[in-house]
Amino acid sequence: MAIPKVCGIETEYGILVRGPVSESTSNPVSASSLLINAYLAANLRKVGWDFEDEHPGSDARGFSVSDLLEPEIETHLVNAVLTNGARYYVDHAHPEISTPECRTAREALVFDRAAEEIVWASMQAANALLPPGAEVLCHKNNSDGKGNSYGCHENYLLARDVPFGRIVHQITPHFVTRQIVVGAGKVGCELPGVSTTDVSFQISQRADFFEEEVGLETTLKRPIINTRDEPHCDASKYRRLHVIVGDANMSETATLVKLGATSILLAMIEDDLIGDDLALANPVAAIRHISHDPSLQRTVLLRNGRRATALEIQWGLLELALKYERSHGLEPVGHEVGREVLALWEGILTGLESNPGSVAHQVDWVAKQRVLEAYAARHDVRPGDARLKALDLQYHDLRRDKCLARRVGLDVLTTDAEVHHAMTNPPLTTRAYFRGRCLAKWPDQIVAANWDSMVFDVGREPLRRVPMMEPLRGTAESVARLIDESDTPAELLARLGS
Amino acid sequence: MAERTQKQKPTPARTDETVEAAPAVVGGSDKLKAELDDLLDEIDDVLETNAEDFVKSYVQKGGQ
Repeated sequence: MAIPKVCGIETEYGILVRGPVSESTSNPVSASSLLINAYLAANLRKVGWDFEDEHPGSDARGFSVSDLLEPEIETHLVNAVLTNGARYYVDHAHPEISTPECRTAREALVFDRAAEEIVWASMQAANALLPPGAEVLCHKNNSDGKGNSYGCHENYLLARDVPFGRIVHQITPHFVTRQIVVGAGKVGCELPGVSTTDVSFQISQRADFFEEEVGLETTLKRPIINTRDEPHCDASKYRRLHVIVGDANMSETATLVKLGATSILLAMIEDDLIGDDLALANPVAAIRHISHDPSLQRTVLLRNGRRATALEIQWGLLELALKYERSHGLEPVGHEVGREVLALWEGILTGLESNPGSVAHQVDWVAKQRVLEAYAARHDVRPGDARLKALDLQYHDLRRDKCLARRVGLDVLTTDAEVHHAMTNPPLTTRAYFRGRCLAKWPDQIVAANWDSMVFDVGREPLRRVPMMEPLRGTAESVARLIDESDTPAELLARLGS
Repeated sequence: MAERTQKQKPTPARTDETVEAAPAVVGGSDKLKAELDDLLDEIDDVLETNAEDFVKSYVQKGGQ
């Protein structure tokens, strides 16, 4: 039985400091800390992350402006919760933002865009603190072209009683082939022994880094399906599927379809309506085989012995999804959002099939390839030329005046107003609402917060922990008035208790 | 695998070795070419001046 596909997206951003280096920017960990602290100082947020359910040893901490320029100590990595319910923190030498829990893919798109704006605001705030001539660069990408990769992870709420094996078998074909719709494109290849003339451009930033079908790792021997089982909610009812295989997208259409199509297919898996016809014989080989072929001609072997192109597999999945819409409706993903996602998905597949250039306004890898080829033609540039790699990187550059993705005619689906609003205001229909509202109203009395609880200082011992084990409770509908009418956390807790 | 009633033949591949400009959409090809030219002009203004240095300096630690 399909349950609401509450979802979110976490993005590790590339970070680089140029110009005169100071102690606080001498390595990416401290640069990331400076970046985040600069944003927090500008927005006066001091609440730290509560690690009690994750790993021991990190304390919630406040800070002052004079702390910003001091180098961060590795064991006290900056880790903050924002008033929109998001988490902003340093993870493995990258600044990272996890959007709050969103009810639909479209809502997650808005909060992903808000995350970009938060990073941009952070860059500007950090630059003001750096010596003259120094600047912070952040990139929304997944590969430095030197063998290192960092992720854009999606999270989806699933019913716990769905056998994990079914999820693995039935979502893998989508994870391997969806790159033709949502891949971000990349100049060059990370695999040892493969030259730039073999693969001068590929569809996915991440494909080369995946070496296993299923596994727990996220930083090496990366698996197409990640088995991390940390639901951050009631584990007897729910599972959180943590997806690490995707590229970060600059195209809003791609982000929406990435989250939306996956949400629909996961709902179908909960209702056991995907089946095994599209199962792949060798997903790891297939994901690279497909990525290395922007012509979309290559076939991959299915378990049933047939061969199919990525396009054919995506069509197969879309047709099953259209059937599902007719038989079951799309309530788990939101009817309107689901309809919009299916229409976009169908339009992109149609375009890719007849004339890939026609979807350059929606598909990141097509937009990027188009620019690369036109630039190469104008300047007579050969594959392997550094300018092509520079173009690739600059496509993802979050400096407003440098970002190429903003100049290639990609469709914009969001409004400035809703994105701006989402930088500081939480979603209305998930528990992120409760988190964000409380943080905005009582920042000095929330000792710590994480996904499934908040710890309040009610003015006397002991501190009070409020569990938030249901992702769909703590919505505006249920708690807005309680929060509005309570002057203090003590009052709020008294009302919640009754 | 579900059958599709209308299968269109994909357009010929753009190979990785060519440096030709992207083929235009049927109809309105001049407009698209002009848009692309404008875009290339803009890119020339904002592209990093020393591509080789920039690319060399772009190193990240592995993340998740």
